[in-house]
Amino acid sequence: MKSDHHMILRVIGKCLIPLILIYGFYVQFHGEVGPGGAFQAGVVLAVALILHALVFGLSQTMRAVPPWFTRSLAAIGVLIFSGVGVWAMLTGGLYLEYQALFGEPLGEHHGQHAGIIIIEIGVLCAVWGAMTTIFYALAGRVAEIRDEDW
Amino acid sequence: MNDFVLSGAGTAFINVLFLVILFVVAIAIARLRSLFSIVMLSGVYSLVSAAWYILVDAVDVGFTEAAVGAGMSTAVLLGAMLLTARTAKPEKPLKRLGPLIVCIAAGIMLIYGTIDLPPLGDPNSPANAGVGLTYLQINWFDTGVPNVVTSVLASYRGFDTLGETAVVFTAGLAVALLLGFGERSLAETLKKAPKSDTRRKDGDAS
Repeated sequence: MKSDHHMILRVIGKCLIPLILIYGFYVQFHGEVGPGGAFQAGVVLAVALILHALVFGLSQTMRAVPPWFTRSLAAIGVLIFSGVGVWAMLTGGLYLEYQALFGEPLGEHHGQHAGIIIIEIGVLCAVWGAMTTIFYALAGRVAEIRDEDW
Repeated sequence: MNDFVLSGAGTAFINVLFLVILFVVAIAIARLRSLFSIVMLSGVYSLVSAAWYILVDAVDVGFTEAAVGAGMSTAVLLGAMLLTARTAKPEKPLKRLGPLIVCIAAGIMLIYGTIDLPPLGDPNSPANAGVGLTYLQINWFDTGVPNVVTSVLASYRGFDTLGETAVVFTAGLAVALLLGFGERSLAETLKKAPKSDTRRKDGDAS
């Protein structure tokens, strides 16, 4: 790695990536009261990884977050979401009926809150994993981004 | 009252300004040949339209457009651009005539369709008077979630959202199956430059 003329980019990227990650999680857990939600949060988190790949090189990012992890994450996300539906069926409700999760009467909201938070985590994992997998698949075709490509 | 009229005129002016910017960017995208500029300008297009969505009170749509359109798809298109040539081939002017006619016809039909639409924020419009009003009224008792968008998305229409999540997953899976997971290129990179960083091999093996 001799390309030290990207120094400013690397330093700024190092400062920005944690902020983007924190903002993604903020969007995720603030989704019940503000705009945004798990879809947007997943994309924001994926963008943080993509910025890392653009600044530090793809193989560095693949070392930090390996491709097998991102594709498993996408599958696990869908599994979590559909798992909540099955959980509601096991406790005697319909598929994805959060009211039945803890067997509460109408007007009690613990099941709704828990259900929404869990499925949002599932959506986050699915979107984050799928978006990163797509980026890896596209960017992984070229060995390294050369300087003249910019 | 006077303030209201003034702010209404101001909003209308900003609306028109955003739409003019979108129009100019779209024309520029259509005329450019350099793929890098086209990708960057489409990011600009998404960002301006996100700002415009927020202006018309569609905050969630604007947020999604900013995150997906301006952030994600620009980065993915940049990755895709590296796989192909840097410039598009110039086409004969006669060949552009067909798409131009299709675009103009579709635009005229869309504008014709908007004539029947209710004005923005009309409380008697079907979207606000029907099921939307019911959601606003019963949401707090049903779910106790302050953001109605979230409760509709995750609770009332949870099955739809499950389908959307499955769509995103399937899209990722399809791209990965077509193009590979990107691991082969990583392995080749490591093979080409084994001595530059020996720690990489440990990371790859895990």
